[in-house]
Amino acid sequence: MPNKRSQFESAVTPYLDAAYNLARWLTGHDEDAEDVVQEALLRAFKFFDGFRGGDSRAWLLTIVRHTAYTWLRQNRAALILSLDEELRADPLIDDAEDRLMASLDQQALHQAIAALPIAFREVIILHDLEGLAYKEIATIANIPIGTVMSRLARARKHLYHALAQTQSIDRPRREQSEKTS
Amino acid sequence: MNCDEVRTLIDAYADNELDLMTSLAIERHLQTCPDCPTIYQNRLTLRSALNMDALYFRPSSVVRGRLMQAVHHADRERFNRIAGFRPQMRWIGAIGLVAVVLLVAGLIVVRNATLAPASDPLVADVLASHVRSLLVDHLTDVLSTDQHTVKPWFDGKLPYAPTVVDLAAEGFPLEGGRLDYVENHAVAALVYRSDKHPINLFIWPTADLPDSAQSAITLQGYHMLHWTAGSMTYWAVSDVEIDKLSAFADFLKRQ
Repeated sequence: MPNKRSQFESAVTPYLDAAYNLARWLTGHDEDAEDVVQEALLRAFKFFDGFRGGDSRAWLLTIVRHTAYTWLRQNRAALILSLDEELRADPLIDDAEDRLMASLDQQALHQAIAALPIAFREVIILHDLEGLAYKEIATIANIPIGTVMSRLARARKHLYHALAQTQSIDRPRREQSEKTS
Repeated sequence: MNCDEVRTLIDAYADNELDLMTSLAIERHLQTCPDCPTIYQNRLTLRSALNMDALYFRPSSVVRGRLMQAVHHADRERFNRIAGFRPQMRWIGAIGLVAVVLLVAGLIVVRNATLAPASDPLVADVLASHVRSLLVDHLTDVLSTDQHTVKPWFDGKLPYAPTVVDLAAEGFPLEGGRLDYVENHAVAALVYRSDKHPINLFIWPTADLPDSAQSAITLQGYHMLHWTAGSMTYWAVSDVEIDKLSAFADFLKRQ
C-alpha cells in the first residue's frame, strides 16, 4: 500500500546521506555505493513491517553495513581480508606521540582513512564522521562496546602515524631552509 | 593510573564515553604526565579534522532521485502482486470469476427446480473440483494411460484403492489421475477423455451406503452422473453429451 511507502520514506529519507556516506567509505566508489544503498533500501523496505519504530538511523545503517559487506565479499573479495588476518597484521602500538600540527592536510587525512582496514575504517566513519555513540556503533556492527573502544583507539593510532609521516616529511625541509638562511 | 592504562582509555576519554570516576583519574594523570597530554591533544586535533564536511560523502540530487525511485518501483510491484494485477494472473482471475458466477447461477436454478440431489452441497463441491481441474490446467498428477501405473500411484496417498480401468477400446482412453478434495476429504480423481472432452471420475468409499441406481444432474452445461457400487461412490463429470457420459458409466459398471 502507498501508505507503507510514505511511512518508510519519512523514516529513511533523513538518513539517506548517512547511508550513502557509510556505503561510499566501505566500497570506495560512487557507483558501488549507489548500488549498495539501493539494495539496502529495497531490503529495508521489504522488512519495514518488522521495524517497530525507534532509532531508524541505526536500523538503516545496520542494513547498509550488512549489504555492503555482502556486496564486497561477492564483488571485491580481494579487498576484504578476514578480520582475523587484519588484526594479526596490526601490532599493538602504545608508544608516545609527537604533537600533530593543528592544520591537518585534508587530502592526506582522506587517504589515511581510505587505507585503514575495513573494521577500523567503519568505526571511524560511524563515530567521527557520523557522530554515533559507542553503544549505537556496537549495535550496528554487532560487536561489544569494549571492541568499539579498542578498534577506535587503534584506528586513530593508525591515522596519527599516517599523518605524522606526511608532517615529518615537511619538517626536515623547513629545518634545512632555516639552516641555509 | 599509569601511562599504559591511560593510553588504552585516552580515545574513550576524548570521546566522553567514560564514567565519571575513570575520567577524573585520567584527568589527574594528564596534569602530571609529560607524554600523555600530547596524545590527548592529537586525539582532539584528529577529531575536529575528521568532523569536517569535506570528508562526508553526500549523494547528488540525481543519485538521491534514483534511490527513491527504486523504492517507489518496488512499492508498485508489491502493490500489484498483492492485488493480483500481474498480467498473466488477470485472465485466470477473470475466468475464475466467470466460473463462480456460473456456479452460483447454476445452483440457484437447480434449487428452484427442487431437484433433490442438486441441493446437496456435495454436488456443488464435485462440480467445483471438475471446473477447478480445468481452470488451473491441473488435470493430472500422474500422467499415464496405463491403469497399472495409475492405480499404484494412489497407494499411500489415499486410505483406499480405487478401481482403475482403461476404457480406450470403448472410446474413453485413460489419461491419468490426481488427488482432489471433495467435502474436505482427499479423493481419487481419474481423468478420461472422450474426443476432446475431459471426463473427471471421482471415487471415494462410502461404507455405510447401499448400492444405488444412477442419478443424473446437469448444471450449466456440465453433466454429472452419480452412483454407488461396492461401497464406493462414483461421480462422473464432463461437458460431453449426456448419452456419451452414460455410455462411459455403463462401461465402468460392467468392469
